[in-house]
Amino acid sequence: MTANAIIELRKVGKWYNSYHALRDVSISIGKGEKVVVCGPSGSGKSTMIRCINRLEAHQTGHIIVDGIELTDDVKAVEKIRRKVGMVFQNFNLFPHLTVLQNLTLAPIWVRGMAKSEIEEIAMMYLKRVRIPDQAHKFPGQLSGGQQQRVAIARALCMRPEIMLFDEPTSALDPEMVKEVLDVMTELAGEGMTMVCVTHEMGFARQVADSIVFMAEGSIIESGSPAEFFENPKSERTRQFLGQILEH
Amino acid sequence: MSKHSPADQAPIPTGPVSPARWAASYEEEPTQASAPPQANGMTALKPFGWAKDNLFNTPLNAALTLACLFLLWLVVPPMANWLLLKASWSGSSEACREAAGACWSVIVVKHRLIFFGTYPYDEQWRPFLACALFVAMLGASGVRAFWRPWLAVAWVLTLVGMGVLMWGGVAGLTYVPNDRWGGLPITLMLSVFSIALAFPLSILLALGRQSSLPAIRTFCVGFIETMRGVPLVSVLFMASVMFPLFLPEGVTVDKLLRALAGMTLFTAAYLAEAVRGGLQAIPKGQYEAADALGLSYWQKTMLIVLPQALRIVIPPIVNQFISAFKDTSLVTIVGLYDLLTAATVATTDPEWRPYFAEVYVFAGLMFWIFCFSMSRYSQWLERLANRYTRR
Repeated sequence: MTANAIIELRKVGKWYNSYHALRDVSISIGKGEKVVVCGPSGSGKSTMIRCINRLEAHQTGHIIVDGIELTDDVKAVEKIRRKVGMVFQNFNLFPHLTVLQNLTLAPIWVRGMAKSEIEEIAMMYLKRVRIPDQAHKFPGQLSGGQQQRVAIARALCMRPEIMLFDEPTSALDPEMVKEVLDVMTELAGEGMTMVCVTHEMGFARQVADSIVFMAEGSIIESGSPAEFFENPKSERTRQFLGQILEH
Repeated sequence: MSKHSPADQAPIPTGPVSPARWAASYEEEPTQASAPPQANGMTALKPFGWAKDNLFNTPLNAALTLACLFLLWLVVPPMANWLLLKASWSGSSEACREAAGACWSVIVVKHRLIFFGTYPYDEQWRPFLACALFVAMLGASGVRAFWRPWLAVAWVLTLVGMGVLMWGGVAGLTYVPNDRWGGLPITLMLSVFSIALAFPLSILLALGRQSSLPAIRTFCVGFIETMRGVPLVSVLFMASVMFPLFLPEGVTVDKLLRALAGMTLFTAAYLAEAVRGGLQAIPKGQYEAADALGLSYWQKTMLIVLPQALRIVIPPIVNQFISAFKDTSLVTIVGLYDLLTAATVATTDPEWRPYFAEVYVFAGLMFWIFCFSMSRYSQWLERLANRYTRR
């Protein structure tokens, strides 16, 4: 495995009762690398990235993030969660708080930042995701695409070193997918380490350094986008690509 | 795997008739159907026309309307006669005997006893002032503009002031032991204090019931199920009669305080279940988002979960508050004189005994005023809480 890996999974296994969700998953992601994870539904891709910030606990193997191993140790988990931002399929914004409050809550309470200081930073991030004028609205008043961009800004306000995206565009109306992908592409251009579960193959081709294909809880193959799209090694990958690229 | 709730927040697929649109148009239907075409007709037609359209439009409706009118004719005139028209409003019990209606004079004569029980007669301005102060502070606490730190200071001063007024013994006021208190002050203080103490306790119990620590969870489940499994009367009885047996000799806990503790624990158990309902309504994604941002358990609970959960459960919580307010009348079993008990005592005077119904109607009205205020306030609170978050 690479020496400068910021995320490292070694033979990670996970079960939901008797259901084997992850089977000996090993992957190494370097600093600044962009990895797109794809695969059919139920293949374990979401479970894998949710293990990286321990929203799910793995049962066997090792996960090491920025030199810290994820265990039951709450302190280690807290440390890693400060470094890792996450964007969810269903946005999961806090509906009782304004957009600005959504962004500033964690920096104030977790990082202990001054309200005025973080509000300034939050406004900067809202400008970057192109919705500074929505700062004082509530999430319920925004469109899906706007909500997801707020969610990205919220994660960025914690100054993470790694960003995890769990199907960020799957719950969006088609016309809103682009505005979210544009923000993600911009973020990738700034050198952020990104792990992204998505079915947006155009985005994968354009942004990813490597693509990981999963099925039935295992990594079937991984490689550069060129290799993956032009010359897939396994039959399973070809079949998946055939289905997803047809339409 | 993370496929638990795509329908929760995902935009509904845009079809010709999406469920959301169908629901929206269904809700709007009455206004749409009746407003534009009939608005002109409504103003033109007099009540007769309206009645013809709405009350006599079919034979069945006509029959139902006539039946209702007949029932009203049976009930309303005698009621109005008894309550108001033929009632006797002042004077002696002899005057009442001659009147055909209610004898409201009994309230005029006995209101001091009903409101203040056996508190020394000449000192009854003190509980009156204490109650007025208390009710004024409760009202003020409901006003949003007053939700400032000084409100807490004002409450401390109010409680001290009430204590001084009720007990006395300082500043030239004669000392009145609290077993002579009665009536409205007892009802108000017991209900408000037990609700105010039970509410935070119920939140802890609800959280504890969901805790991942088995000892805490078992304790909370055990407490809630025990309290919910027995009648309030027996809780009060135990607090009043059995609890002192467990205390070391020479140590006594005031009877009023023991009843308050019993009421508080009982109410907390019921409230905890209402709060738990709210906790369960919070989507898993909210917990996950808070976790992913690195919030600790208490930060997550206080900043994300409870603010949302408590909004959802305003109706059942207020329901429980109202119930607790009325349940204070059960403290009569441990010898405390609440408003209803004091009213009962008022009916024991031989001269006025025939007019117990009037006394109970009046006591009921007093309870109704407080409960109805709570209900109206909760509706306002609900609107305030949902103003921005309605999706």
